[in-house]
Amino acid sequence: MSVLVNKDTKVLVQGFTGKNGTFHAEQALKVGTKVVGGVTPGKGGAEHLGLPVFNTMKDAVRQTQADASVIYVPAAFAKDSILEAIDSGVKLIVCITEGVPTIDMLYVKKAVDEAGIRLIGPNCPGVITPGECKIGIMPWHIHNPGRIGIVSRSGTLTYEAVAQTTALGLGQSTCIGIGGDPIPGTSHIDALKLFQDDPDTDAIVMIGEIGGTAEEEAAEFARSYVKKPVVGYIAGVTAPKGKRMGHAGAIISGGKGTAEEKFKAFEKAGIAYTRSPAEIGKTMFELLKSKGMIK
Amino acid sequence: MNLHEYQAKELLAKYGLPVQRGILANSAEEAAAAYDQLGGKFAVVKAQVHAGGRGKAGGVKVVKSREEAAEVAKSLIGTNLVTYQTDAAGQPVHSVLVCEDMYPVQRELYLGAVVDRGSQRIVFMVSTEGGVEIEKVAEETPEKIIKVEVNPLVGMQPFQARDAAFALGLTGDQLKTFEKLMLGAYKAFVENDFALFEVNPLALRENGQLACVDGKINLDSNALYRHPDLLAQRDKSQENEREVKASEFDLNYVALEGNIGCMVNGAGLAMATMDIIKLKGGQPANFLDVGGGATKERVIEAFKLILADSSVKGVLINIFGGIVRCDMIAEAIIAAVKEVNVTVPVVVRLEGNNAELGAKILDESGLKLTSAQGLNDAAEKIVAAVAAL
Repeated sequence: MSVLVNKDTKVLVQGFTGKNGTFHAEQALKVGTKVVGGVTPGKGGAEHLGLPVFNTMKDAVRQTQADASVIYVPAAFAKDSILEAIDSGVKLIVCITEGVPTIDMLYVKKAVDEAGIRLIGPNCPGVITPGECKIGIMPWHIHNPGRIGIVSRSGTLTYEAVAQTTALGLGQSTCIGIGGDPIPGTSHIDALKLFQDDPDTDAIVMIGEIGGTAEEEAAEFARSYVKKPVVGYIAGVTAPKGKRMGHAGAIISGGKGTAEEKFKAFEKAGIAYTRSPAEIGKTMFELLKSKGMIK
Repeated sequence: MNLHEYQAKELLAKYGLPVQRGILANSAEEAAAAYDQLGGKFAVVKAQVHAGGRGKAGGVKVVKSREEAAEVAKSLIGTNLVTYQTDAAGQPVHSVLVCEDMYPVQRELYLGAVVDRGSQRIVFMVSTEGGVEIEKVAEETPEKIIKVEVNPLVGMQPFQARDAAFALGLTGDQLKTFEKLMLGAYKAFVENDFALFEVNPLALRENGQLACVDGKINLDSNALYRHPDLLAQRDKSQENEREVKASEFDLNYVALEGNIGCMVNGAGLAMATMDIIKLKGGQPANFLDVGGGATKERVIEAFKLILADSSVKGVLINIFGGIVRCDMIAEAIIAAVKEVNVTVPVVVRLEGNNAELGAKILDESGLKLTSAQGLNDAAEKIVAAVAAL
């Protein structure tokens, strides 16, 4: 059925009555996502978008039996919001917020791991199962229900891969935007594992970028664990060293984390890859064709 | 954001670290007065720039008199210092730090810390091989770097600092001093949201005392909102002028060497756009992420930034509309091109909601705008347009 989210996932919105929370909750509702309410401290008891507003996540989960929460609060409050969500009993937390201090994420990451809760993000587009559930800010209409799993550190590059696979008649099982920060809740490896274990995903697109060594580790992991076809792409071949390229995590520091090293890791792990962002879909299409998985 | 050496040392001193005495001087006269005030036989005059490798580049000099201190300060202040870490233009020197002389020393040690992405912890590093580039030590003799990983929930423990002290071969009173120093450094790291911290060298002086002879601190930009005191210490003269301008408008801009300007939404797609320009035989002039809302105002500011770079001969706009409608973006681009008076060729690729309508609006605008279908087409068109000039 896809990974992480499906048509039955009940979602709460943290920062529900704010501008971003409102806009994206409306968009999600429009496409049939089961948004069941939201939290804005101090506005509990009110109604927003025809749904209940709660003061606390604990209240909200008790009364709605929600499984997931999506966070649209400003960066200064993201740590508190994630920790509150952990305490509330939801099993999936998606933090869209950009600009969360890295040291906050050190505590948060430890807390979600110890609680056994899945955190996606921060600084990410969210997670979507086309045709079923949209948690985040991605455009619904470019997606097509199908059997390719997509994981990426970048929002718009995910859309690029989605649009390209859709245009070739392929569709997506689930797309996970893990976000561009140095300490993400979910890594490429986590996503690869989810997709490998999902009977409804046939192949995986893995999009990375400069900075850190998560892609190298994921390539190594894929070699031993992933049996499904994988296509890789890395952005930032032309990025200069020592400069942060938009994303907090996209920086080549101490000569480590270059695109070339990551492509090399793909090569070593036998992962099909493309150096052109325009050919992610095509590379996947040809790979599936060569394996006789499509005609 | 980077701090200058003198700012880093001030901050570390507040956390009880033994830092080398130093006085900031903005002129030759001030440098001479600083020399007198320090009262030593020798002093060290150090150029304050955001770059490593100052010593080899002539930015650090030992002086033996107030006259010499003034002379060195005069020769440095107002010039640009070019080191292996800077570009060819170098970094402007506006001040020097006149420091007490620490030498000769028994040994030069290394102390540093980073937020390690792999272990998802703050990792401290110590080494007996201070005074040289730590990257070189890491490559050639990695066993000489001792790492201390800190559990974020409990913080650095005294035993961890002691482990490091023993590994450095410290003895007697030095053990206690080092423990205090390292715990202080950890406290400074977490309380001020450091991204990177380095004391190199940490001198073990002839008299057995420890002293931080240098200090390098890089702060997490995402956390500056809670450190207004540190933000106030930002020295914009050390940053690229256009990058500073961009940050004022909340645009992410990084200057590159090429001649094709890029305007893209999303950091990943912005990098990918640079890469595909290169793949098609062109050279990107910049990284620029206009963010989610490509409004008229942001597009105007983005154009101004891109065109402020005189080497730009063409511009590629690549917007994946997503939820925003592409016809609205097309109108924003047209308004911006008219207002900024763009004369170089501009290729626009719009994808997402109403992309076709957007392309039609661009084509019918009568402006020097070319619409493109997909990434390949966009990159090929702008590379060809610039090559034809």
